[in-house]
Amino acid sequence: MDAISKAMPYLLEGLQVTVYIFIASLILGLIIGLIMALLRLSPVKPLNWIAKIYIDAIRGTPILVQLFFIYFGLNSFEWISMDKTTAGIVTVGLNAGAYFAEIIRAGIQSIDKGQTEAARSLGLTGSQNMRFIVLPQAVRRMLPTFTNQAIISLKDTSLLSIIGIADLTQQGEVATSATFEAFKIWFVVGVIYFILIYLLSLLANFLERRFELR
Amino acid sequence: MSIIQVSNLKKSFGTLEVLKDINAEIQEKEVVCVIGPSGSGKSTFLRCLNKLEDITDGQVIIRGQDITDPKININKVRQDIGMVFQSFNLFPHMTVLENVTLAPIKVRSVSKAVSNEKGMELLAKVGLKEKANSYPGELSGGQKQRVAIARALAMNPKIMLFDEPTSALDPEMVGEVLEVMKQLAQEGMTMVVVTHEMGFAREVGDRVLFMDGGYIVEENVPSELFGNPQHDRTKSFLSKVL
Repeated sequence: MDAISKAMPYLLEGLQVTVYIFIASLILGLIIGLIMALLRLSPVKPLNWIAKIYIDAIRGTPILVQLFFIYFGLNSFEWISMDKTTAGIVTVGLNAGAYFAEIIRAGIQSIDKGQTEAARSLGLTGSQNMRFIVLPQAVRRMLPTFTNQAIISLKDTSLLSIIGIADLTQQGEVATSATFEAFKIWFVVGVIYFILIYLLSLLANFLERRFELR
Repeated sequence: MSIIQVSNLKKSFGTLEVLKDINAEIQEKEVVCVIGPSGSGKSTFLRCLNKLEDITDGQVIIRGQDITDPKININKVRQDIGMVFQSFNLFPHMTVLENVTLAPIKVRSVSKAVSNEKGMELLAKVGLKEKANSYPGELSGGQKQRVAIARALAMNPKIMLFDEPTSALDPEMVGEVLEVMKQLAQEGMTMVVVTHEMGFAREVGDRVLFMDGGYIVEENVPSELFGNPQHDRTKSFLSKVL
């Protein structure tokens, strides 16, 4: 028990970093995802391609390579300088964005065309139709897959320890080398991740019930 | 001047030519019923009147505005044309009243209080005042379609388009919807109704258009068209449905 109580302050510090990076990259991912989904559905071909290339590039490469590309690769240009945390958020955000884009696109396309026709026939513009009719219904359908991706992204943040971000995983490393109690420390780190993800799925369940279609 | 004027309207889906050469004029306060076999282009014709379908060729002039002109603001034109669909297309995530008040609030920027009041009036008119706070999923087909009519009327349209409004209904619910439409016709609404309800066309229609193969084959007042059809295709269609 001694090792754990000694390690706890470090781990909790790491937890804060993990939660911060997760929330920031989730928001970034959502914004990118929505934009990319709309580009993907746009009738303008070049916009389509931009979204398609982005999504394929992200899905077709490992997130670790993306992280190195952004942190080491982009930072090698003189006019870019990202600190570790920013690079971490950008990596997980861009990565999640590609998957969110596909989730949002599928959600939007699953809404019956009659809904759009009814909205447009009332004089709503295309964007009003999106905002008031299509997206509110699509979001409800997207929530379960959306939760999945959020959980994956949360776990992805543990990779950021490789570039030295002091997240939960990195702090676990620190605590292990200070105490030499690898089994106990990594067990506790696992439990903390588990609780975090469990809370996330509770929140998702709550949201699903709230948005329930009548 | 006629409120709707259609000249040489053509519509193709890819290589399939659905409307070949449609010419029609509809006067204010007129109730025009469009009948014909399935695949004849009736619904497509109706959907061209508010440009839910892109128009391939020809002219559609609504209240003096050529809606095929790319410079025209189609959203503006649609505000004055109500449409009722076969499959209702109510917004399932909104209450009945919200369905009715959405467009006045968002499109015409009418205050919520005023829209709600008007919305309740319209729901009373279609006999569904007590359903204002229900969700569409809790309504029967006939009730849904009456809400859809109220929703369209909330924009104070000058023209109402009906696309087979009773085709998806159980037989015992057809009457309640037709009753509302009849009342609307009596109030002087300009209506274009694609329908399989020959009784309605005969009783309420001022004029009936018979379409087949992408053309308007014959048009006349109901008594003449049903009583004394001129074209063979009209005769054979009517002999099958009457």
